Amino acid sequence: MALLGSISPLLTTGWSQGDAGWRLRDYEARGGYTQLKRILSGNMSPDDLIAEIKKSLLRGRGGAGFPTGLKWSFMPRSFPGDKYVVCNSDEGEPGTFKDRDLLRFDPHAVIEGMIIAGYAMGASRGYNYIHGEIFSIYERFEEALDEARAAGYLGASVCGSAFAFELFAHHGYGAYICGEETGLLESLEGKKGQPRFKPPFPASYGLYGKPTTINNTETFAAIPFILGMGGDAFLALGKPNNGGTKLFSVSGHVNRPGNYEVPLGTPFATLLEMAGGMRGGRKLKAVIPGGSSAPVLPADVMMETTMDYDSIAKAGSMLGSGAVIVMDESTCMVKALERLSYFYFEESCGQCTPCREGTGWLYRVVHRIEHGKGRAEDLDLLNRVTDNIMGRTICALGDAASLPVRSFIKHFKSEFEYHIEHGKCLVDPAAQSAGSGFFRAEGSL
Amino acid sequence: MIDIELNGKAIQVAPGSTIMDAAHQVGTYIPHFCYHKKLSIAANCRMCLVQVEKAPKPLPACATPVTPGMKIFTHSELAVSAQKGVMEFLLINHPLDCPICDQGGECQLQDLAVGYGDSASKYEEEKRVVADKDLGPLVKTDMTRCINCTRCIRFTQEIAGVMELGQAFRGEHAEVMPFVEKTVDSELSGNIIDLCPVGALTSKPFRFSARTWELSRRKSISPHDSLGSHLIVQTKHDRVMRVLPRENEEINECWISDKDRYSYEALNAPERLTRPMLKQGGVWHEVDWPVALDYVSHALRDVAKTSGGEAIGGLFSPHATLEELYLGQKLLRGLGCGNIDTRLRHSDFSADGQRLGMPWLGMSLTQLSQLDRVLVVGAFLRKDQPLIAQRLRQSAKRGAQVSFLHSAGDDQLIKQVGLASQVVVAPSQLPALLAQVVKAVSTQQGVALGLDDVNVNWADLAVSAEAGRMAQSLLSGQNIGILLGNFAQQHPQAATLHVLANKLATLLSGKFGFLGEAANSLGAYVAKAIPQTGALPVKAMLAKPRRAYVLLGVEPELDCADGAAALRALNQASSVIMLSPFKPAAAMDYADCLLPVSPFTETSGTFVNCEGRVQSFYAAVKPLAETRPAWKVLRVLANLLDLPGFDYTSSENVKAEALGLAAGAMPVVVAGLDNGMAPRPDMSLGVLGMAQTGGIERVTDVPIHFADQLVRYAPGLQKTKDAAHPAARMNAATMARFGLQHGDWVKVGSGDTAANLSAEPKSTGSQATDAMLRAELDIGLPDNVVRIAAGHTATVAAGDMFATVHLEKADKA
Repeated sequence: MALLGSISPLLTTGWSQGDAGWRLRDYEARGGYTQLKRILSGNMSPDDLIAEIKKSLLRGRGGAGFPTGLKWSFMPRSFPGDKYVVCNSDEGEPGTFKDRDLLRFDPHAVIEGMIIAGYAMGASRGYNYIHGEIFSIYERFEEALDEARAAGYLGASVCGSAFAFELFAHHGYGAYICGEETGLLESLEGKKGQPRFKPPFPASYGLYGKPTTINNTETFAAIPFILGMGGDAFLALGKPNNGGTKLFSVSGHVNRPGNYEVPLGTPFATLLEMAGGMRGGRKLKAVIPGGSSAPVLPADVMMETTMDYDSIAKAGSMLGSGAVIVMDESTCMVKALERLSYFYFEESCGQCTPCREGTGWLYRVVHRIEHGKGRAEDLDLLNRVTDNIMGRTICALGDAASLPVRSFIKHFKSEFEYHIEHGKCLVDPAAQSAGSGFFRAEGSL
Repeated sequence: MIDIELNGKAIQVAPGSTIMDAAHQVGTYIPHFCYHKKLSIAANCRMCLVQVEKAPKPLPACATPVTPGMKIFTHSELAVSAQKGVMEFLLINHPLDCPICDQGGECQLQDLAVGYGDSASKYEEEKRVVADKDLGPLVKTDMTRCINCTRCIRFTQEIAGVMELGQAFRGEHAEVMPFVEKTVDSELSGNIIDLCPVGALTSKPFRFSARTWELSRRKSISPHDSLGSHLIVQTKHDRVMRVLPRENEEINECWISDKDRYSYEALNAPERLTRPMLKQGGVWHEVDWPVALDYVSHALRDVAKTSGGEAIGGLFSPHATLEELYLGQKLLRGLGCGNIDTRLRHSDFSADGQRLGMPWLGMSLTQLSQLDRVLVVGAFLRKDQPLIAQRLRQSAKRGAQVSFLHSAGDDQLIKQVGLASQVVVAPSQLPALLAQVVKAVSTQQGVALGLDDVNVNWADLAVSAEAGRMAQSLLSGQNIGILLGNFAQQHPQAATLHVLANKLATLLSGKFGFLGEAANSLGAYVAKAIPQTGALPVKAMLAKPRRAYVLLGVEPELDCADGAAALRALNQASSVIMLSPFKPAAAMDYADCLLPVSPFTETSGTFVNCEGRVQSFYAAVKPLAETRPAWKVLRVLANLLDLPGFDYTSSENVKAEALGLAAGAMPVVVAGLDNGMAPRPDMSLGVLGMAQTGGIERVTDVPIHFADQLVRYAPGLQKTKDAAHPAARMNAATMARFGLQHGDWVKVGSGDTAANLSAEPKSTGSQATDAMLRAELDIGLPDNVVRIAAGHTATVAAGDMFATVHLEKADKA
């Protein structure tokens, strides 16, 4: 069971039933689809709807944190022809596993959110692009779509109104880059998943060249709840400019890793406590607060921080997708970075030069340091390579690959220097392997 | 206009321009690899990053549109550091094998590395190695050198019309490759070599034969299709080593076809004729020029004296220069022979004497690109005029509707938008279909059609749905063009098609033109190398065999409409004099004198392209061995024959006389172009010249690499898919009717007994007029036709290009 706790459960209300509560009848029993019916019965114009979302200060849950209401208002209203609403469920960021559970336990919340979004932006077609490595979730979503169609929530006349909306699921094949919104669109069109150069942005040139809005799964799932409680109330759940609750995927060296829904602005210490505290009572060393591409923060900084977009940014990192990776004192930061760098090296799409060539370079140098072959000039070299990648690529993957490197070196320079100088870890290898019980001591199986 | 500032200088640029456009406008160079003016913007190399005021990071100049007041710095510290950073990345996995790379000396990466690279690399890890790909006989790959700019990918998709290359895999493992087990088979494939900014794609035939800086560059004009593409011929030690496009936006833009690019290989082929040769007592001897010319002058004078000039026939290649054609016809006419023709594959000459001027494209190529509705009648467009197809492909992308009326359904890779369609009918039905389009248009316009132009019973002519649709498409346009392709010009009712197409264009206030078969098809009219009233056109010259033939750059068995008839005529002649750069095997049988004359690279000359554009060129290299420019040979021969008016000192004199100009004048377009025809009430839509004798109709294409002498001897081109061995192609229903399976052997004969009787049979037996071919499925063909290629020895025996043929399943070991 992934859900282990929450403060003021909203999105996770239905999760308590586990795998038994995802069906349409369960969702309806929880009050599902009432917001859609209310809107379509003529009680809310698209403009009012967008205004309400704006009021809630719901910020994009995929990582960038862009205000959702504002994004919706960018869609051309009077565009002749097709417009699209796309849900980004291509959850591939290491450490992030919230969308998977949302789709698993409450797929109809996402469906309702997307239908409402379609109504708000005048789109009659939606797609949910689901990560390829969670195929059973994709199958469940298809079932949920069948239920929604049969119940008249999708089709030529949604809930008997004049509004037509059709929604389709599409599963990817696990490429991280397809989580980048324009890479996702390319992949959805049947092409190789490679981000597009922007501008033009999807709001003017998106799927099949038509105006398109892409939001994260959690963003769409929040929509019915916002409309249910009102934008102001949702905002009040969190803190100013950081409305509502948010799902955090807590992983790493905690006793109870899992998804936790807390109001934005909750202290990190509280979240850590909900996750059962540090594994084996060890000391917290570092936290990556927003998914693998967010800069790492040392323990002391983290313990002073609250979990919301603005506070984390002030602390020098990003809230990102809300994936909190906790590392205790037995962690070798060089090894941790090596693993992250390998991920970005593998997942670069290869389209533009700095990322294609640079991610491999970064990985190889970190790998060299980790394996005792580092050189004195390597830390400068790594920083210089990240300088040449950051801000020079088509999409943000180049930055995502660079930020961990820079932050790891910045905050844990002595560990890197020790590695280079002594050819081995500062953290005792025995302590490292003792930590998780996963890595065994060298020489034993 | 938008006001911006570029490197501190205020400039005005058009709205919608990118920073790259703005920089081009003022001559500022921004380094780049993936950007190409003719391709879509990829923005993937990142070499063109520049600084823009207020932008938080450097922006790619190729993809960033200018905005009012934008301040751009292309060489600021930030811009240069970004550019240098990208260069460093590009070089870390590049093999830096310049000393053994064919691209060395003309490599964009090498050039820019001088400006933006470091002398040593900080990258000390293992470099990436990428497996090479087989792209076919023309393009060699060294994929380890590839910088993934995707220009080649975008070219195949956007310019050549079909995506034959793509990028597979991710990140550092990304590779440019063709589809599994496929090669790049486009007729424009060689252009990807020019586009490749590094040495990943190089020319297979040219590979390792010279360093580019050793080569001299000579301007020239393509001798192949009717565009007259501008070429750079690169030479070393009087040998042509390579041919590249010379940019001319009005003609070939920056492209050339593979035929233009690789036919040079024939110039150095072992089949080149290097010394004059005479056949005496059935044995060939190499002789000196005076001996050979003496022989020829005596032979011609003899025939003219004993049988009259009309006993001679002159078959000249439409790929010969204006000067050669002019002197050739002047010489023969000096001997009293008017039987001169260059329209070797034509079968309908009834328009001769009726034309109001010389047949041409009816517009410039630039105007062709501006048409918004086009009907192409009877054309293997992609293979006959690859760059015209390319122009129409781009037009279609902009919304032009291009329709095809033809006897084969080959994919022209031109997107069919709106009402555009492709209608395929048997050759005999082509005039009727076109007449239906004429009727549909006139009905819609409320214009009555009379019998003044062509004898059609308009009232009884039923308009098919397809014809109606084509008419609808044409009627919806503003700028309409009707084009007759090679097939239509070679059709037995070419004149009928001509009149109908002209009528259609007149009704639509559009343009009407001929696509032009060869580099100098129009030049041949200018040079008067066509028969005047009373003289015999090519078909008659072969049907009523002459005593002597003069062949200029022609292999009649391959270049004429009916190769079998040509062979019969030549075999019975007492003298066949061949002026040719090559020594064709068949000619060793029928000829008695071979004179080695220069191909286009070894002589000065002029081609008149389909627009009427006069394009002269100089020799790129010295004539090979004893080869001499044909214009000089003809001049000396005329002198030996004591013909007056052959005192030319240069090809320029000949050109001036042929064009009717004062020496030194530089005409751009020839005068007297007119596609009109006198009214032809004598013409009907019936199957003229296509007597039904129980067989099935033949559809004949002239494959791109069989179309002229030069390409036939070019080994690289002969290895391409376009040069595949001819087959008997049919649709499934036709194959079933004849009980054939794909791959079966078929005996194909034209049963042209009339022609058989008039000639002395070379060999006896029923095989004499049969070709043996494999049956092949071609789903694009109409019912009850068989498609057999021309220009190949294997199909000579099948006879006339438009004959009704008999098919028979055959057993062949």
